[in-house]
Amino acid sequence: PVATAEQPTHPPHNSQPLPLPPSVPPAAMAMESLGVLLLHPMNAYLEQELDSRFRLFRFWDSPPDGRAEFLRANSSAIRAVVGNAGYNADAALIDALPSLEIVASFSVGIDRVDLPKCRERGIRVTNTPDVLTDDVADLAVGLAIAALRKIPQADRYVRAGLWKAKGDYTLTTRFSGKRVAILGLGRIGLAIAKRAEAFGCSISYHSRSEKPFPNYKFFTNVVDLAANCDVLIVACSLNAETHHMVNRKVMDALGPDGVLINIGRGALVDEPELVSALLEKRLGAAGLDVFEHEPFAPEQLFSLDNVVLVPHVGSDTEETCKAMADLVLKNLEAHALNKPLLTPVP
Amino acid sequence: NRKGVALLAVVATLKLATMAAAGGKPAVLLLRPVDAPFAAALRDRFRVLDLYAPGQALPALAFVAAAAAVPEPPRATVIWGGVRVDASFLDAAPSLRCVVSTAAGLDHIDLAECARRGVAVANSGEVYSTDVADYAVGLLLDVLRRVSASERYVRRGSWAAQGDYPLGSKLGGKRVGIIGLGNIGSRIAKRLEAFGCIIHYNSRKPKDSVSYKYFPNVHELAAESDVLVVACALNKATRHIVNKDVLEALGKDGVVVNIGRGANIDEAELVIALREGKIAGAGLDVFEHEPKVPAELFSMENVVLSRHVAVLTEESRSDLRAHTIGNLEAFFSGQPLLTPVHADSLAQ
Repeated sequence: PVATAEQPTHPPHNSQPLPLPPSVPPAAMAMESLGVLLLHPMNAYLEQELDSRFRLFRFWDSPPDGRAEFLRANSSAIRAVVGNAGYNADAALIDALPSLEIVASFSVGIDRVDLPKCRERGIRVTNTPDVLTDDVADLAVGLAIAALRKIPQADRYVRAGLWKAKGDYTLTTRFSGKRVAILGLGRIGLAIAKRAEAFGCSISYHSRSEKPFPNYKFFTNVVDLAANCDVLIVACSLNAETHHMVNRKVMDALGPDGVLINIGRGALVDEPELVSALLEKRLGAAGLDVFEHEPFAPEQLFSLDNVVLVPHVGSDTEETCKAMADLVLKNLEAHALNKPLLTPVP
Repeated sequence: NRKGVALLAVVATLKLATMAAAGGKPAVLLLRPVDAPFAAALRDRFRVLDLYAPGQALPALAFVAAAAAVPEPPRATVIWGGVRVDASFLDAAPSLRCVVSTAAGLDHIDLAECARRGVAVANSGEVYSTDVADYAVGLLLDVLRRVSASERYVRRGSWAAQGDYPLGSKLGGKRVGIIGLGNIGSRIAKRLEAFGCIIHYNSRKPKDSVSYKYFPNVHELAAESDVLVVACALNKATRHIVNKDVLEALGKDGVVVNIGRGANIDEAELVIALREGKIAGAGLDVFEHEPKVPAELFSMENVVLSRHVAVLTEESRSDLRAHTIGNLEAFFSGQPLLTPVHADSLAQ
């Protein structure tokens, strides 16, 4: 209360204590004090919301040679890391962040998170399953059709002004009815199977264990899977066992009429072997969303017309990225407020 | 006169040809180029009078007239979209009682005139339907998920230099309005349902066998759809069926896919709508004046351009061969055609 000529400033003897200034609700304080290190400018909406709800540190604010110093300077404040498919909490980063409590990945694949180290330190990890399943499955089928029917090639041809005569074309190969094999019958693999079935494709798969889908033929090994299909779609997660799972033997089994589609991780496929298989026409065609050394795709493939190369866009739609961002934010909020995480990685 | 002499020469050649061929085989007038397997399959069964035979130099109508003048002239002909079957064509070959077209559409045939003369017409049935439906889905995924555009980005080294490509749009949950729910449209619907799309359609009449929402006209269809797919035949009623009003009703987030005929869309208005951002994008396999494509489209990132290849697979080639021969054999043995077309059926 402000003293004026009319009003006395002395409170009455039996008055209540002076009211406190408006307080910040505890929840908001818990969130604002959560220091979050965002490893890469992966999504504008995510970044904006992290900034407004938490205490945001942007990893790229520091120059590449100043990163260690940046981490040292902020290590007590940073309790959370947000990474993605390409940039995530590896051993070196975890070691540099002694206050780290949670890694919330803007991705479903967490092969770049050092999980053993997180377990050792009691650091929780969350990812973004389910919300991106449809988009990734859509792209897998889109790449298969694009590769078999050579749609990007037709588009290049027309844009180059090369379409001069009406009867000018090359015959391509029908997608419907092809034998589709899926490597990894998880959420994404199943969604791919459902879509391919609508095209009259038969479905076979390889997974760590057989699944209860009697209409889908299970193969115990990848070479046999590849030998008995027309289109092999790689949809499993990357770990020590699955690294380079699609190797020369598998590609030879897939053969000169076979098509390889990869929407998983680049390192699931032996990329140098893939390049020579395509250049030497031992493999028929490929549709690739992921590569071993993103953002670099093998330049030797650029001159080929039987390859479709897209820049890791599996979940890159406005709708899905917002859903993924919201999931990251909700997980961080739950962590800050000591509530159960929504999508913890077991 | 020179023309008369040339005609006589051809008649003589054809006479010799028909005499030299094994007896008993009915004559077929072949008015489209065919690959070796198709040619062999035809020759196995018929006496083929081939417009595209090596050394054959007469233009089409003159060849037709010459063929009509041989003994046991052809009663059936195999044509494609480039052959206009109208009164003057039918006048040139009065022996013809059956036209077997290998084209996907029927806009090149005067069905009423054929009916008046009792000439049976067979079309390509469902030979192309699967491949065209697959291509339509491929084009739509390409436009929404920017497959071709982001591919260009990768191939010119921009992924490394400039970072991530801009986001696309999710297919699942989109309302897809299909114009024409025939053999092709219904296959497109079935495929897109598996991606979580909601199917709307316009057809001449609602179809009781489907649960998709019917719209009595394309304008209303567009107003309640996120995607418009043109899958209807081209005829008087469907020329420019997608016009300026329909594009406006579709709206600034809307996408158009055309695997029908270029003239189903008012192409000039489509280009304007794309230029002004009145619609979000387009996937086009056909154009009004092929092979001319409006050059303004070449610099647009939200458009996928293709060169009228939706039907062109190895599989549809061999299916077409089997189907065409099936229709010819049915005709010559007095059986009903496999895929007869009637004057009142606008094919969809």
